[in-house]
Amino acid sequence: MHAFLQQIINGISLGSIYALVALGYTMVYGVMRLINFAHGDVYMLGAFFGYYSSRVLHGKLQSSLIETILVMIVSMLGCALIGMLIERLAYRPVRKASRLTSLIIAIGLSLLIENLAQLIFGADPKFFPQLIPEKQIALGGLSLTNQQIIVVVVALLLMAGLNAFVFYTKSGKAMRAVSFNLDAAKLMGINTNAVISLTFALGSALAAAGGILVSMNLPGIDPLMGVMTGLKAFVAAVLGGIGNIFGAVLGGLILGLAETFVAGYGSSTYRDAIAFLILIAILLFKPEGLLGKGQVEKV
Amino acid sequence: MRISKRFWILGALSASVIALTGCNKKQAESQNEILIGEYGSLTGATATYGQSTHNGIAMAVEEINAAGGVLGRKIKVITEDDAGKPEEAQTVVTKLINKDRVSSILGEFASSNSLAAAPVCQQSHIPMVSHGSTNPKVTQVGDYIFRTCFIDPFQGQVMAKFAWNTLKVKRVAILRDIKSDYSMGLANFFKQGFESMGGQIIADESYGQGDKDFNAQLTSIQSKNPEAVFVPGYYTEVGLIARQARKLGIKGPLLGGDGWDSEKLCEIGGEALNGCFFSTHYSVDDTSSAIQNFVAAFKKRNNGSLPDAIAALGYDGAKVLVDAIRRAGSDNPDSIRIALTRTKDFPGVTGAITLNENRDAVKPAVVLEVKDGKYAYKETVTP
Repeated sequence: MHAFLQQIINGISLGSIYALVALGYTMVYGVMRLINFAHGDVYMLGAFFGYYSSRVLHGKLQSSLIETILVMIVSMLGCALIGMLIERLAYRPVRKASRLTSLIIAIGLSLLIENLAQLIFGADPKFFPQLIPEKQIALGGLSLTNQQIIVVVVALLLMAGLNAFVFYTKSGKAMRAVSFNLDAAKLMGINTNAVISLTFALGSALAAAGGILVSMNLPGIDPLMGVMTGLKAFVAAVLGGIGNIFGAVLGGLILGLAETFVAGYGSSTYRDAIAFLILIAILLFKPEGLLGKGQVEKV
Repeated sequence: MRISKRFWILGALSASVIALTGCNKKQAESQNEILIGEYGSLTGATATYGQSTHNGIAMAVEEINAAGGVLGRKIKVITEDDAGKPEEAQTVVTKLINKDRVSSILGEFASSNSLAAAPVCQQSHIPMVSHGSTNPKVTQVGDYIFRTCFIDPFQGQVMAKFAWNTLKVKRVAILRDIKSDYSMGLANFFKQGFESMGGQIIADESYGQGDKDFNAQLTSIQSKNPEAVFVPGYYTEVGLIARQARKLGIKGPLLGGDGWDSEKLCEIGGEALNGCFFSTHYSVDDTSSAIQNFVAAFKKRNNGSLPDAIAALGYDGAKVLVDAIRRAGSDNPDSIRIALTRTKDFPGVTGAITLNENRDAVKPAVVLEVKDGKYAYKETVTP
């Protein structure tokens, strides 16, 4: 029983990591119908911005909380900027071309960022500083740290915040309009380029927040850290119904729990295999994902 | 369209000019220099292996060239980065053999990468000397493949003996890296050895290189209450595993092999690694003059950084290969191969190197203890 509860904690803590990254995937997809494969790499860049800014800031501030918040802001702004640059330079020129073109560009971009990062940051793993000192929380013999709780809470807060933004603000309304029909939105006087830029900025900032939170929890960062996490987060987003904010979080948690239980009770060798098998099974029976809405293809 | 066509022609022309001049230059050089190819993980998750190796090899070659080279010619090492990936290792070794026309190959440390490149060397009849791949399968590829380190059946035995005799533990769990031939082999040999002594393997879990979260496996291991955990992985994952294991309340020591040997291990694992043990090829604390001279020279060359075992192995591997070239009397690959098979009692930093009929070296191993970011010598185990 003790081990079982511990596995649930492990699963939720792993799942909330996927959920954080999945939010960005799902947002960009919802607005642009584009799978931004470079998203996992923006997540990696977020971790590295955090790493370097905390090295600059370390010891200059009295409170570790203020330091953490500053590091977060720097990294989120940096990644937002990079997200907007990516959209402006790589995706906007091919927005009118077939969807396959932007997909290939996304993959190419992802490889470009990974290899540039290896060149600039060096390819060996780095140790991410413990911005918030880790504290064990005793829970009847279960192991739980304050950082695991922070990851879960922040994932939920970001989800709620994003939801409020999309459904209750004017920019959010514009975003939904663009997602519904780009040309019609343009005819209604919405600055679609600005909306799409904003979407990328927000999605990338979320990825940066994810990168820092995850790195505090699992402190080894390297330029290829976004590859597998990005892929799994993408799976989580599809699982929950891509384009759906709650779906991303739900998918992340399901994937995290599934992986943990397969590794904990089944065979750890088949951890990824079984996790992806679940994905295939769900997609076979509910192709639009758990919370996705079935869409009629417009003719 | 027009511009791009012109651009292409121009590009093709300049490329061919560069290629032609490059060829001429290379031919002229190769008459005076003996070319040796080196491949290793200079980047990637196992980057410290490739970098340490490179420092060791470069130091050996500098010493040899400063002393006038070999056979009246200087040694030139052409280094290629495989980023720690087997498929890249195969590509760069093919390039070293076919384009650079090297006489012999040095590398790799990670067994999976050596196993990917060895068939290329075997087919091209170019001798390959691995300085640190301990998986037995590496030299089984063929008679052109050599190694100057011990093999995992021995290393697994060393840690099994250490756990049973020195630590006196009876219930051990294994956490192995499923993606690495080295880790899989070492885990199997440890298991065999430990069980034959009467020990009990109570859990055998696995992970994949590149994973960051090991909580699920470690929780499962902890529920079986082991006295020690054998983690024959590479340093990045081992560091993270140690942290997470301590967090989950696993108190016993973690044990491992030479894959732990990197300055990065403690940077990532921190205090969680205190009181853990691993087997490796030599200890910088060894007071023998051969080792102390090597350590001093290495520190002088590399701004005071200490040579890990991988650097010492790289140094030894290069020296053994050059010694074979000297004895062969030419840089003909077949002559080098024959000379290598006759390597006997070569005085290396990591011990006297004699290659047996399987083209493997038989050497002692040392066990080190991790203490506050440093490695303290614990014991030497001879085969």
